[in-house]
This record gives sequence, C-alpha cells and structure tokens, in this order.
Amino acid sequence: MFLTIDLALIIEKLVLIIVVVMASLVIAMYTTFAERKVAAILQDRRGPNRAGPFGILQPLADGLKLFFKEEIIPAFSSKALFVLGPGLAMLTAIMTSAVIPWGDKVHFFGRDISLQIADINIGILYIFGVVSLGVYGIMIGAWASNNKFSLIGGLRAASQIISYELAMGISLIALLMVTGTLSLKEMVEQQQHGYWNIVKQPLGFLIFIICAFAECNRTPFDLPEAENELIGGYHTEYSSMKLGFYLFSEYINMFISSAVMATLFFGGYDVPFFNEAAHADWGNWLALIGIVALMAKVIFFIFLFMWVRWTIPRFRYDQLMHLGWRILIPLALFNMLATGGAILFFNK
Amino acid sequence: MQALTNRVKEVSRKPMSLWERMYLPAVFKGMVITFSHIFKKTPTINYPEKKRPFSPVFRGLQILNRDEEGRENCTACGLCAVACPAEAITMEAAERQPGEEHLYREEKYAARYEINMLRCIFCGLCEDACPKDAIYLSETFTPADYQRKQFIYNKKDLLIPHPKEEPEAYKKALGNRAGNKTAN
Repeated sequence: MFLTIDLALIIEKLVLIIVVVMASLVIAMYTTFAERKVAAILQDRRGPNRAGPFGILQPLADGLKLFFKEEIIPAFSSKALFVLGPGLAMLTAIMTSAVIPWGDKVHFFGRDISLQIADINIGILYIFGVVSLGVYGIMIGAWASNNKFSLIGGLRAASQIISYELAMGISLIALLMVTGTLSLKEMVEQQQHGYWNIVKQPLGFLIFIICAFAECNRTPFDLPEAENELIGGYHTEYSSMKLGFYLFSEYINMFISSAVMATLFFGGYDVPFFNEAAHADWGNWLALIGIVALMAKVIFFIFLFMWVRWTIPRFRYDQLMHLGWRILIPLALFNMLATGGAILFFNK
Repeated sequence: MQALTNRVKEVSRKPMSLWERMYLPAVFKGMVITFSHIFKKTPTINYPEKKRPFSPVFRGLQILNRDEEGRENCTACGLCAVACPAEAITMEAAERQPGEEHLYREEKYAARYEINMLRCIFCGLCEDACPKDAIYLSETFTPADYQRKQFIYNKKDLLIPHPKEEPEAYKKALGNRAGNKTAN
C-alpha cells in the first residue's frame, strides 16, 4: 500500500463539515427571523415578538409549522423530479460553503487545523460551478410541478441566473488578474498583508454585488417568485417542508454569498488595522478573532440584502434583461480591460 | 384647463440625465430613508399587555344598573326597546311581590331582558331613552364567541354586580360614566 490514510485528517474534516453545515443551517434559520425583524423595524412595525423573549423562538415555530403541514404532491406532476427539486436546491446551497476559509489555523491536539473544508486551488471556479448548478433545483422543481406559473418562474430563474453569471464571471476575472490566484485562502492572505480588494476593484465589487443579488433571487431581482404576478413562482405547488427547503436554500445562498463577498473583497477573516503576524503568540484566540471578524462582515452583508429588499421595488422583466446584458456585461468588460491596462502600466 | 387647487404639479417629461439614469444615487437616497426609519418609534401597541385607553364617550357593552342598595333600577317600561333602531331589545315585565323589595326598586320590574348583541349597533339611544338610569353603555366591548345564540345577552349577562356583595366588581363595571348621567 502506497496510500496511507490519515484517519485524524478525515475526522478533522468530518467535524469541520458538520460544524459548517450546522452553522449555516442555524444562521439561515435566524436569517429568516432577522429578515422579518429588519422588515418590521424599517417599516415602523414590531415584528415577531410572541414566541420566546423578543420572539427569538419564532424560527423554531416556523419550522415546526412547516413540518406539520400537509405534504401535497400534485397528481399530474413528475413525482421523482418534484421531490428532487427542493433537495437539489438545498444541496447546492450548502455545498458552496466547502471552499470558504472561515478563519485562520487553530491548534488542537497537537495538530494545526485549517478552518477551511477544502483549500482547492480553483476555489472560485468551484463556487461558480456549484452556484450555476443551483438553478437546476429551481428549474426541475418548476418543471415537475406541471403548472404554468411555476414554469414561468423557473424559466425566469434560469434566464436570470445565466445572464447575471456572465457579468459576475467577467467582474471576477478582473479581480483574479489583480490577485493572481483562484484560491480563496491565498486571496485572504494577500489582503491581510496589503489592502483589501475593494480598494483595487471598486467597480468590480459593484458589479459583483448586483449580480449576487440576482443570483440569490433577492429583491429587486426576485422575479422567479414574483408573488403578485406568478402566485409563488417556481414554488407555487410546493407545501410543507419541501417549500421550507426552497425558502431555506434561498437564505443559505444569501449567507454563503455574503461570506464570498466578504472573502473576495473585504479581507475575509482579516481584522482591519490589526497586524495578525505581530500577535502570532495568541494562538487559537487569534483564529477566534478572525472568525468573529468574518461573521461581522457577513452579518453586515446579510443586513444589506434585507435593507435593499425593503427599499427597492422589483424590476420589470425587460428591465432586468436590459440591465444584465446591455449595462453590466459591457461595464464588466470595461472593468476587465481597464484593470489589465493598469496592471500593464504599473508593472512595466 | 383651470386647476381646482393650487397644489398642481407639472409632470416633468425631460429625458433623464446620465446621473439620473445611473439610478444608483436614487437607490442610495432611498436606502438612507429606509435606514432612518430604524430610529423612529413604532406606533403599535403591544395589545394584550398594554391596552389603549378608551375615549370618555366610548359606547360599549350595555349594563343594567342597580341602585346603592343593590336593587334593580329597571321598571320594564319598554322605552329603550322603542328607542332601539336595530330592534335588539326584548323584555317581559312582571309585578313585584311582597318580600321582593330588596330586589327591585319599584313595583314593576323586567322578568326577562334580552339584548341581541349581533343586532345592537351601540348607538346609545337606549341609554338616552331610559328614565330610570337603568341601562348604560360601558367601556368594554362584546367578547367573541363561537355560536350566534351566545350573543343574545340576558339579564344574567347584563346586570351589574351587586354593590354590597361585590363592591369592587361593581365599581369596575360602573366605570366613570353611570351616575354622572343624571346631570343631563
């Protein structure tokens, strides 16, 4: 046997996977609560405040309610696909979290444990691939429902995500030209030593965040589920926890894309104006500070998602396509060319 | 055309400038407005814990009044039933027997007195019509119920608690309204 299996590594990664998945589920759960609370506060209302102190048990009550609802599978639907849809949406939402560096190394049981499930050298490409798969969950569910409103919602989701993925990809190419790496871990390390990437790529960030809103199907780009024209869009026929999975995967997507944005443009687990290398003797505490910093950034972005949702109305479909194809893509191309020019000019 | 008011605003049909067509400044402006609402007070009242005070002229559930010794005021004259525009009040009169003087103030009393709360419009005309200070609209509203027949309130539901046997409940039911009425 040439291959020796490092059992400790497997256990370490398994524990990390379980922790990250559970954490993203819990955070998504409380994001639903935060959404309702933020909406209420922005609209001078009180929001959920009955279940537990300040309503903090509300997500549990919501989850319980969804579990106890009747599961309806429409008679003329394709049953296998109908069940597969929400599962796929959830799976792809959670899978993205694998390459995000949640913090620096921690030292336990005489081992250096990296707080990243997989530091693959094509981190961003992986995220892109999985995010594009996410649309299949919506499309399969919409198609299997055998309902015209669902189908329209699914079609909209597909065309919207394809359109905005292009601009997102091109805006990222500019970022990759600056950083010279696809690994998220290396990007964070670069930002720890130098400036955050937002300073180098402000336009790229603007395009990226707009596209991230579109990819997450959040207002103003929530056309796939536009409730006042399509009933519920792609999840019209869904009930019980299958509907819960769709709604939940949206919030997990939001959490993950906030983490991606924080990692790519805002230094990930880097604490601003604080030299990590000078305090290397703090050990695990340093990693903890890093995790807290990353979470603070993520929470800010999640708040931004909600803040925008309760400010801006939904786009019309032609406006959405116009913005994607005729404004964001040319802008992203320009950004890429300008970045290339700047690199050539300064590195001459 | 002549404008009806001086508040007319011309709609601007000018094509948008580049700054306006970028939309982002307007979006940020909107976001500042929504953000400012975080610091505003919510007008909502936490209902079961906190109740809004009723106005002094609030007209709620009727009560049948008693005098200080706990005798019923009502003489079943029927003026309230006549005054009632919704025809919600029914009553049956009876004569006071010897030995019942502690129950009824005058020789005639209402043996049956019913108000259909589904018909009642809480106008307060019964209160105005009553010559004996016997009926008042209190500061509570009709509680919800599952059956229509539960909304026909009889004497047991309407009579005010006895002032001597349950003085506190009597005070509470009386409120600030009954008794002051004699002034007008």
